[in-house]
Amino acid sequence: MKIVITTTSPSIDSNVDNRFGRCAFFLFVDPVTLEWDAKPNPGVNARGGAGVKASQFVANLKPDAIISGSFGPNAYGVLKAANVQMYLFDGAKNVQEVINRFNEGILNTV
Amino acid sequence: MRIAVASGKGGTGKTTIATSLALSLADPIDLNPPVFLDCDVEAPNAHIYLNPDLKEQKIAGVLIPEVNESQCTYCGICAEVCQYHAMTVISNKVIVFPQLCHGCGSCSEQCPEEAIKEIPKRMGVLERGMTNSNIVFARGVMDVGEAMAVPIIRQLKKWVEPNSDQVVIIDAPPGASCPVVESIRGSDYLVLVTEPTPFGLHDLNLASKLADELKIPAGIIINRDNGEYNEVEDFCVRNNYPILMRIPFERYIAEGLSQGKSLIEIHPEYIEKFKQLHTDIKSLIGNKHETNRTIKR
Repeated sequence: MKIVITTTSPSIDSNVDNRFGRCAFFLFVDPVTLEWDAKPNPGVNARGGAGVKASQFVANLKPDAIISGSFGPNAYGVLKAANVQMYLFDGAKNVQEVINRFNEGILNTV
Repeated sequence: MRIAVASGKGGTGKTTIATSLALSLADPIDLNPPVFLDCDVEAPNAHIYLNPDLKEQKIAGVLIPEVNESQCTYCGICAEVCQYHAMTVISNKVIVFPQLCHGCGSCSEQCPEEAIKEIPKRMGVLERGMTNSNIVFARGVMDVGEAMAVPIIRQLKKWVEPNSDQVVIIDAPPGASCPVVESIRGSDYLVLVTEPTPFGLHDLNLASKLADELKIPAGIIINRDNGEYNEVEDFCVRNNYPILMRIPFERYIAEGLSQGKSLIEIHPEYIEKFKQLHTDIKSLIGNKHETNRTIKR
């Protein structure tokens, strides 16, 4: 299983980035083995349509779920079309906290 | 002659200056009446001071892609070529985001299956008519919920075709971004209206760089001048911008404006000052030294 968390730095010890379209990194992580890989967000410096660019990038890598602080309407549309399940941080501050909550199944879906 | 009025900071008095300049130049028997373009399409308000009879309307918008999914192979080229991320292809779905589309047509041009047709999308309306004072007035009004002013401004500027004897006065939107660039592009002179405050100066500096970039000669009007904050004057001296006019900070001017009266109605002696402003601008445009101003930064 592969989930994506929006983060401020390319590490499993990172804090979360509450923005989706303009987050610094996408952390691809297996919530059980904790194997991870961070990819910089190609949408971060887009003049417009950052959410579309970022969500297209994520959707092409076919994760099982994406977790962020919030999703804009355009990003939501793309991720929904790509059948990627969206979850919210709901106040979780770092990657470890998010993974724990994900594993407990207590994250809210969008 | 095209004179654009811009400011950087909002609320400094662009419309006050632009409308009073137009009214001062207007003559009921003029066969080449001044033309006024309200390019602040997100919040046009010059009509309040000029009272035009807006007889003509025209829809403004862009051409956006419509995908014929029966011809589409989901190759994704359209999404790749779109510089504004207005299209995305996800497995076997194409999603178009009309709000992000600039109407460039790259997607339909590049589609190998010819599956994309361009359809018009309304973004606002253009309106025009004469004022009682004999000014050719036109404005753009962007629809609520739209995000892009530039196409509306571009179409507004094309819609009105003045002859070379008519003075065109452009009331630009605030800021220093694309809508301002589109509004002032092609102008012979730029009047920058500012106020003597740190905010006024900060944004004046940005707007003046825009003038330099577009190679439009510019001069400054200091509005709500209270004799304080001399940094604006220092800026003008340092960068060789002429101070074209000063309007004092007076409560009765603000009261009059809030009742929909133009500055020249409140203060008729300003008619001569604005006529002089027009004469000054004409000579500044003709003055090689000023137009080829060395840019010191």
